[in-house]
Formats: sequence, C-alpha cells, structure tokens
Amino acid sequence: MAIQVLIPTPLQKFTADQSSVELEATSVDGLLEALEGRFPGILARLTDESGKLRRFLNVYVNSEDIRFLDNQATALADGDEVSIVPAVAGG
Amino acid sequence: MIAVSTSRFQYPTPQVGFNGSFYPALLACTNSCCRALTATLSRSTFTGLRCKECGHPYEASARHVCEDVCFGPLEVVYDYDAIRNRVSRASIEAGPTSIWRYREFLPIEGDPIDVGTGFTPLLKANRLARRLGLRNLYIKNDGVNMPTLSFKDRVVSVALTRARELGFTTVSCASTGNLANSTAAIAAHAGMECCVFIPSDLEMGKVLGTLIYNPTLMAVKGNYDQVNRLCSEVANTYGWGFVNINLRPYYSEGSKTLGYEVIEQLGWQLPDHIVAPLASGSLFTKIRKGFEEFIKVGLVDEKPVRFSGAQAEGCSPIAQAFAEGRDFITPVKPNTIAKSIAIGNPADGPYAIDLANRTKGTIAAVSDQEIIDGIKLLAETEGVFTETAGGTTIAVLKKLVEQGKIDPGETTVAYITGNGLKTTEAVASSVGEPHTIEPQLASFNAAWERAQSLHRASWEPIGA
Ligand SMILES: Cc1ncc(COP(=O)(O)O)c(C=O)c1O
Ligand SMILES: [Zn+2]
Repeated sequence: MAIQVLIPTPLQKFTADQSSVELEATSVDGLLEALEGRFPGILARLTDESGKLRRFLNVYVNSEDIRFLDNQATALADGDEVSIVPAVAGG
Repeated sequence: MIAVSTSRFQYPTPQVGFNGSFYPALLACTNSCCRALTATLSRSTFTGLRCKECGHPYEASARHVCEDVCFGPLEVVYDYDAIRNRVSRASIEAGPTSIWRYREFLPIEGDPIDVGTGFTPLLKANRLARRLGLRNLYIKNDGVNMPTLSFKDRVVSVALTRARELGFTTVSCASTGNLANSTAAIAAHAGMECCVFIPSDLEMGKVLGTLIYNPTLMAVKGNYDQVNRLCSEVANTYGWGFVNINLRPYYSEGSKTLGYEVIEQLGWQLPDHIVAPLASGSLFTKIRKGFEEFIKVGLVDEKPVRFSGAQAEGCSPIAQAFAEGRDFITPVKPNTIAKSIAIGNPADGPYAIDLANRTKGTIAAVSDQEIIDGIKLLAETEGVFTETAGGTTIAVLKKLVEQGKIDPGETTVAYITGNGLKTTEAVASSVGEPHTIEPQLASFNAAWERAQSLHRASWEPIGA
C-alpha cells in the first residue's frame, strides 16, 4: 500500500527537506501515524490534542478534499496521492 | 522627509519622536544604504507577524501559516502607540487620494507602489434606498477602483509593494478573476515578472483583462479550490511571491482601507451596518479590523457596527454554516454565475461567522436570478454597473431589509467590490436589445412608439 504524500514547505523541516515522501497506510488516520513513525514530532503539528486534523489544514486524496470523503477515516489504496495544504486566502 | 522624496507625494512629517532622533543624522546622507535604513527606521509601523489562533510570533518575512505550532493564519502586528503619535485626521486628509494616505496602517517599509488605488466614491444611494425602504443607504463603489476596477487593487498594491521589499522578482496568485487582473496590471507597472492561475471557465472580460498585461496565464481545468491547491504546491517549489499564499498576511491588510475610507467619507464616523460579499471571508474581517484600528488610535468614536455577509446560493459554505449555527466550514463545490466569489473552501470562513455573530449581523445567500436582478436594480436606481459579486451584495441587502434585519434608519453601507463590464455574460440575456432603425425620422417615430408601449408595460414607479 504505497502512498505518495506531498509535504508543504512549512513541514519539510521534519522530512529533511523532502517535498514528497512514500509511506504505507490504508487510511488517512493510518497515514498520520505512519508519518509520525517516520518523522517524529510531525503529528503534533498536523493534529490537535484529540487527534483531529487542525482546522486550518486541508488534506486531499487524489485531489479530493477528505471532507467530501470520509474525513480522517478515508480509505487509501496503493498508488494514491495525498496532499497536505495549509488554508490560503482568496480570490 | 528625504527618505520618501522620490515618491509622488510628500507625506506629513511625524509630529512626535518615534525614532525621531534618527532624522537629523540621516537627513544629510543620500546614499542608498542610508535611504533604506531611514525608510525602515522612520517609516514602518509594523513589528512582525503573529498567529491569529495561538499568538505565536514570527518575523515579517514571506510566510503565512503558524508553522511552529498550529497552522493558523498569520497576521501583521503593529506598534499602535507609534501610529497614534504620527497620524491625525488632518495628516490623513493631507495625504494622497489613494490607499497610501493610510500608509501608517499598512505593512510596508519604504515607498509604496502607488497606481492611484483606493479612495473610491461613497455614494448616498437615495433612489435605491427608497426602492428598498431604507433612509440612510450608501454604496462604496470599488467597481471604479484603479487600475483594474475591483477592490483587489487594494490588496495587490500592498502585496506587491511588500513583495518587492522582500526581494521577489516574480509574483503570482490563484484567482477567481479579479485578483489575476490586478496582480498582472500592478506587476506590469512595477516591472515584475508575473505568472497567474485561474479556473479555465472564467468570463471573457476577466481572462482578457489579465492577458492584456502580458503575464503568463495558467487556465486550470478545475474550480478555484483546485487552482488554489495547485498553487500551494507550486509555491512550495518555486521561489515566487504568491499574493494570496506566502504574502497573504500583507495582502489581506490592504482590505482594511475599505474600512478607513468609509469612516473618513462619512465625516469621521462609523456606519451602523455594513453588507459585503464573502468569498474567502478575508475582505469582510479586514473591514472590521480597519474600523477597530481607527477606534484604537482615537480617529473615530467607538460604536457598535453590524456586519452582514453575502454569498451566492451556488457557493454558500459560510452562509450554510451560519444558518446551522456551526463554527466550522463544510466545503462545497461551486456552481453559480457569481464566479468571482465562488470559493468552496473559504479560509477565513470561521472568522466571518464569528464576526457576524458577535456584531448581531447575518450571513445570507441568494439565487443566481436574484443576483442578476440585484445587478439591474443597482444600475437602474444608482447608475452603478457592478459585476456578479455586487449583484449578490445588493440582492442580500434587499433580502435582509425584507426580513426586517436592517432597520430603515440605520446608516448602512453596501460594499460594491467589482465592475459589471467584466461579467457581461451574466446579464447579456436579461438587458433587452437596442432598437435598430433606419436613419430616417419615420423609422425613429415608429420605434419610439413601440419603445414607449414596451416601457409602460414594464414600468414600475420608483418613489415619487
Ligand atoms: C469582486 C469581488 N468581491 C469580493 C470578493 C471576496 O473577497 P474575499 O475572498 O476577501 O472574501 C472577491 C474575491 O474573490 C471579488 O473578486
Ligand atoms: Zn498558531
């Protein structure tokens, strides 16, 4: 279950400046755990104390916002691309 | 002041000594390093950035999220004592007739890029007011803003000034249309490289109104939220200044001037109620910040102002959350003629909801037909031709009056943020047609007869 994860600039200090990493996971929640396993400390940036993704972060699976899917329970399949994108202003 | 003598305008010299002791020593020196130093020390009133959520401080560089703690948005922090010491009503009134009369409240260090942005008309809208049943209605007309006829010229003037100070040579943005127009135009004026991104389904006027400045224009096959996500990824790898991404804290400050101008144009008073369109929600919250800052530095007396927001039903994530009493946004996929405000995942949505709630305002949505009717109503009663965002604002204004949510005597300001000539497609099929005639009196006479009877059929008296 190889998942490609796009890391935003502000988090690249955790990933040794890599803008994209490959991990194994079957759900978004699982992916968050896998990220923490590989890059200790990153989870606390991504989620609050209760494990919920921070409200100014958007997460997309193959370009679809996970809030249109199953949020953090969204299933992942081999070859999926997940991007983590901080909110930006408009338009 | 020597430091600003190359700009078009002479700024009033600060009256009291914030860094005042530097002036005598530096006045004599004209070499460029000292000019920059003078500009920095004497002019800037901002001290850095701060997370709006957790308060964590950051330096005033090109960054927009709280990367050390919580990913909240960053905001510019000012030294309000310094500002209070430097500005007065008189000093502002003596400044340029552009947003730069308020430069002490804006996050720049040196000379601004001044293309005449801002200080647009505030119209007393008596005929529209009478039609709606109001007595004190004003239209803030940013549809005639310079250089590209929308409020975005305010945010871009600030963002590109700051971009240049931070050393960027290429600027960019993700845009629903107006922001691209503005970024391309002001970049052209400033001699900066420009690459902008829009959804591929925008109106002709918005596309042409970008291309004419000859930037690189990327039309992305997707909606604005997809354009934005792509740009965030581009921003990760290209060292560009994205006005709405890494320059967002500076960009968004530009909208405060819509608050300052209304105060000044009302004779240094706050209105009772404002109605403004919401896309990302940034403009709405920054009008409020503008009001609060003028209160804070003593330029205007405090009073409660209600904030009401307008969205199109086909893209109303903020109005929906407001109606359901939620403080979080569920994103939507836009489907409306109001493309300029079609943002399905609005970053400042939670703040907009909070503001409407705290001020006893409301956030409402209207249909595409109501938006078209709103555009026509404003044009027919006030001679102001706005785009779909303005039609949304007028339609919501009308709806709120009908629902009793605006008191007829309240001083109400409706913010018209864009120009109708950019979105002619939206109204093309609802404005009728010219009477095509022969160059002969008889032909005219016959056509005039027909026109009169058509007119009588549709005519509805407006007031007495
Ligand atoms: C004409 C017009 N009005 C209003 C807005 C809303 O701006 P904001 O994203 O700050 O809410 C936009 C921006 O997209 C716009 O183009
Ligand atoms: Zn924070």
